[in-house]
Amino acid sequence: MNFKLVMLWTDVMIFLLLTVAIVGGWWIMQRPHLLLPWQRLFRSRVGMVSLLVLSVFVATGLLDSLHYRVALPDKGNGQAVYAAEVLSVFDTLVGDLRSQTEKTYSAPLAVFLYAKESIETPEGNTLRDYPRLKYGGAHLLDPEHDHAGDVAKRSLVGIFVGGFCGALLVILIVSVAAVRSGTPAGVWIKARKNSPVTAMLVTLALMAMLIGLIANLSGAYHVLGTDKVGQDVLYLSLKSIRTGLVIGTVTTLVMLPFALFLGIAAGYFRGWVDDVIQYIYTVLSSIPGVLLIAAAVLMMQVTIEKHAGWFSSSIERADLRLLFLCLILGVTSWTGLCRLLRGEALKLRELEYIQASQAFGVSSLRILSRHILPNVMHIVLISVVMDFSALVLAEAVLSYVGVGVDPSTNSFGTLINNARLEMGRDPIVWWTLASAFSFMLVLVLAANLFADAVRDAFDPRLNRTGIA
Amino acid sequence: MITYLIRRILYAIPILIGVNLLTFALFFVINTPDDMARMQLGMKRVTPDAIEKWKQQRGYDKPLLFNSQAAGTKKLTDTIFFQKSASMFIFDFGYSDDGRSISREISTRMFPSLVIALPTFVVGLLLYITFALLMALFRGTMLDIAGVTVCVILMSISSLFYIIGGQFLVSKLWHWVPISGYAGGMDSLRFILLPVLIGIVSGIGASSRWYRTIFLEEVGRDYVRTARAKGLSELRVLFRHVLKNAMIPILTGVVAVIPLLFMGSLLTESFFGIPGLGSYTIDAIQAQDFGVVRAMVFLGSVLYIVGLILTDISYTVVDPRVRLQ
Repeated sequence: MNFKLVMLWTDVMIFLLLTVAIVGGWWIMQRPHLLLPWQRLFRSRVGMVSLLVLSVFVATGLLDSLHYRVALPDKGNGQAVYAAEVLSVFDTLVGDLRSQTEKTYSAPLAVFLYAKESIETPEGNTLRDYPRLKYGGAHLLDPEHDHAGDVAKRSLVGIFVGGFCGALLVILIVSVAAVRSGTPAGVWIKARKNSPVTAMLVTLALMAMLIGLIANLSGAYHVLGTDKVGQDVLYLSLKSIRTGLVIGTVTTLVMLPFALFLGIAAGYFRGWVDDVIQYIYTVLSSIPGVLLIAAAVLMMQVTIEKHAGWFSSSIERADLRLLFLCLILGVTSWTGLCRLLRGEALKLRELEYIQASQAFGVSSLRILSRHILPNVMHIVLISVVMDFSALVLAEAVLSYVGVGVDPSTNSFGTLINNARLEMGRDPIVWWTLASAFSFMLVLVLAANLFADAVRDAFDPRLNRTGIA
Repeated sequence: MITYLIRRILYAIPILIGVNLLTFALFFVINTPDDMARMQLGMKRVTPDAIEKWKQQRGYDKPLLFNSQAAGTKKLTDTIFFQKSASMFIFDFGYSDDGRSISREISTRMFPSLVIALPTFVVGLLLYITFALLMALFRGTMLDIAGVTVCVILMSISSLFYIIGGQFLVSKLWHWVPISGYAGGMDSLRFILLPVLIGIVSGIGASSRWYRTIFLEEVGRDYVRTARAKGLSELRVLFRHVLKNAMIPILTGVVAVIPLLFMGSLLTESFFGIPGLGSYTIDAIQAQDFGVVRAMVFLGSVLYIVGLILTDISYTVVDPRVRLQ
């Protein structure tokens, strides 16, 4: 199959971030003194388990960031024509989940539609009843009788296959590790009874079971039901992960250079530089965040409307809007980090080693980059990780207010926003909201727990002897 | 003290000018009034006449900064900047798109916002501090660990969930209070109960945990050891010594927020149909009423700066060591 790669702006950002993370990781690996706090982090059980959960989300997001357009059948004039629809690798992996849309709402694992319709019976009469779903449980001949049994059978098979794959993976990891350390596997496990490794392996196996269960069920049913226009909610929720990740990470990437440079400069140079930088961030932070974002997004909408010709497709427009939102969120949120860094730089510049380098005539730029910057990096890392969960939550609120992502972008915010009136229906449609909130909870909870572990490992002020 | 206050207020002026210039740049320079008109009237088939009329109705038909056609001081005053931005300094916010005075709207909508925000704030603060003190009292025990775990879970839940879930459970399922709405006088109690409750619950996680950290930092200090050495009970140490000293960092966060209570909460007010400033803002955002958004941005930053000054003053009240010079 022929295809053309499509690089959206946020894709570029994400892979840039990934590269930075990999290069940074490699760089740190070479330096034992930098590795120390990371080793502390790797010893935290909660931190490592939440990292494992997060990595599943990140993997989904990354797969969803590889976009391409499929080539249409050749019409004979030799020119390659590509479909207008931009797909991602993730879309291909989930296969029919994307295209199998029902008519309207259907409950999780249902075989019948949510609303009654007029159905023609074979005898020619019209009957008002709940029609069968087009795809959900379509293989069942006698749904009333077979439904429960089929669901149970598929769940068991899914759990078993998932668990089997998970167990294989665990055995593989343990045996490789045991061989490398030169001890029998049993001894290797026993030695790590209280280390995060065991907890991570257990989590891995459990997650494999869960994925197996969902994967097997979603082959024949809509596991989390369908929304108003019949789209699979599981698919929509999974697609929302990417937006959450983009907002949580790209925002930070955008704001980091400003906050770092201005914060350190203000603290180190003091005098008028400090006054100007303080003035800038006081002005920015004195405007309530939501209002500044709202004002900026309103203006961005006007600009986008004005320059409709900039975008060749609606997905590009939605993507640029997402990037703009990250920019705006970055502008409103860099002030906090900037203030922290300024304070730290003020403290550092009075220390002997900085004074010594000044006395030796080292240039300011060199002092900033060689001495101050490495010593504030822990603050940067902690605040970046801490901000992530707040940003994911903020996206939902902003999208609800109407100043978030483009309505056509899949995100937890748009999912909730579209479903907000569903609780008022009778019988209530709870599954869209429940799925969006549960996915968000797991993502944010894992991020929060990981952030705590990072802070515990990197904050030099914490005493590591007694209780927290 | 008075000289300090005067200096602080004078210092606030350049910041407000900065805010004003920023909003001016955002609303009039990046996008000209023509663009806004086109956006609001719909992109296609907009005649220049319609745009002119739109601009004239809202007073956007003047030059941005300098009116060369006017005479005398009018050269500066008869401009968009002077009439739309500079006039905000005397709290003249002009008119919203539906022709109502924004200032009057703000003064009438302030009260419903406060009725919700103030009880949420006061009761919430007391509750969070109590929880945090309890966790600090039982620090290191299973109770503390359970408390922190619950806090982390609670703060990982979207605020939208608290509102939607609360409305569903309390109003729709149990029929205890109306789902949304607002009434004046004593009758309002029925309506404000749920939003206040939800406001408090949604803040428990983050705030309690934050105050707990502050308390624990104080518990590690030397004076606490001295107090214990004197033979004071743990409760007495906590309430008489730790609580008082922890008030300083707590105040930093708390006092600054008080003036902003006037602005109300966007989410709560829009979900519960409270006719306060929060829902006013959200309606303006959704209707793309630029005048109102601009006014709220300015008002918000004024209140924020008032909050900063109040924070400084409150320091002198709780910490006798601090002298404002």
